[in-house]
Amino acid sequence: MKRELKPTAGPPKRACDIAIIGGGVMGLAIAYQLARRGCTDVVVLERGYLAQGASGRNGGGVRMQWSTEMNVRLMQESIELCRHFAQEIGVNVWFRQGGYLFLARNESERARMERNVALQNKFGVPTRMLSAEEARAIVPELDIRQVACACYNPKDGVLFPWPFLWGYAHQALERGVEVHLFTNVESIERGGGGFLLRTSKGDVRAKRVINAAGAWSPETARLIGVELPNRPHRHEILSTEPLKPFLTPMVSVLSSGLYFSQSMRGEIVTGISVEDHDDGSIKLGSRLKFLTTLARELVALVPRLAEVKVLRQWAGPYDVSPDGKAILGEPPGVPGFFLACGFVGHGFMMAPVIGKLYAEWLTGGAKHEVFEQCRLSRFAEGTVEREDMILG
Amino acid sequence: MAAKTIVCRCEDVTLADVEHTLALGYRSVEEVKRYTGLGTGPCQGKECMLACALLCLRAGAEHAEPFTSRPPVGPISLGALARADEEAS
Repeated sequence: MKRELKPTAGPPKRACDIAIIGGGVMGLAIAYQLARRGCTDVVVLERGYLAQGASGRNGGGVRMQWSTEMNVRLMQESIELCRHFAQEIGVNVWFRQGGYLFLARNESERARMERNVALQNKFGVPTRMLSAEEARAIVPELDIRQVACACYNPKDGVLFPWPFLWGYAHQALERGVEVHLFTNVESIERGGGGFLLRTSKGDVRAKRVINAAGAWSPETARLIGVELPNRPHRHEILSTEPLKPFLTPMVSVLSSGLYFSQSMRGEIVTGISVEDHDDGSIKLGSRLKFLTTLARELVALVPRLAEVKVLRQWAGPYDVSPDGKAILGEPPGVPGFFLACGFVGHGFMMAPVIGKLYAEWLTGGAKHEVFEQCRLSRFAEGTVEREDMILG
Repeated sequence: MAAKTIVCRCEDVTLADVEHTLALGYRSVEEVKRYTGLGTGPCQGKECMLACALLCLRAGAEHAEPFTSRPPVGPISLGALARADEEAS
């Protein structure tokens, strides 16, 4: 494989089969999977640089521990795809299956955990309930005085998000897909059996359009007159100085949404839910309140980390759908315009499987049931099933 | 300068690493940071950013804005943050 990764120069071609708005992991996964199936008349339009949005700002966790059958099964397949990603794509993404260890603080969380573990076991996920002492055997640094119990799936893992994007982009480019960076879609018009997209680098006609703009997807959909119910939410993360490897799993506390893992660079990468004033705008500023909130929770749980220094903090935009589930498929009245948004901070781990399922469908293969379950019209119909394993 | 000249001391990013990234078509300090890890160590770019910006300009970049500054200003321990006055945040 050539080692070059040159984004497409110049304006986009004048006409294509599929235009993908958003060059994050979701858009690029779809582009790659389409190209693999011979559908290469595809143009990816990214407003900034690769990894500028949430795809470059997340903690890199991938897990099968979910509370709905659909998400459990999708993530089983996504992790299987992650396992083969480096070989298939030719880029090291530092994927490491160290497991996810969830901690419960009280009896109601224990009941929730037991319910979810039973569901996961039903589909072959080897999650098991652990006592607090058993959790400490996996992470000896834990102070378990506030821990009621835990659950652990050794097959969950973490990866380094950035090379994932370069790998997908490179493979799509190699197969003839155009990937345009710093290219903003300014308007979308319908007509001529498709869509006319006016971009900051020239116009492109597309028979089909995919909105994979993440937290920017509502404003993108609005260009074609579609109102989406998802809203952006600022989520902050920090990274510490690198330490010798000591921490095997990703650890997460259900009640606070605290999570922390050790990257392959040795840094502790950790985030937590902090209230924000959500007014529909995308905020990426860093707050001291996040640092202090996180530090108090983390040091109480792992006292030995008190001496470890924080190097930097940053924020990324969650793309929050009202019921915690993605928004996929064509909105009513706009055939040919496909949604791939509303992943609530979990789009990165879902992208490998969603990219594959989307490409299968759009190249004439089967339409997976996820597209029906995650249709936009469910909100108007009132048929929603809440996912309760949303973190952060 | 030799290819092995260190541009980012914290993360051992060499001149050759940066030039390779620019040769791939990336043209901004933000992209070089993400492709090489430059500026993500203890100094958070305070030593290497200017050199990186100059290399971007030399490779034909029209602009070379610094990457977004990330708090804290200097490394600070989790313990100190945990003890911080809640009112201050």
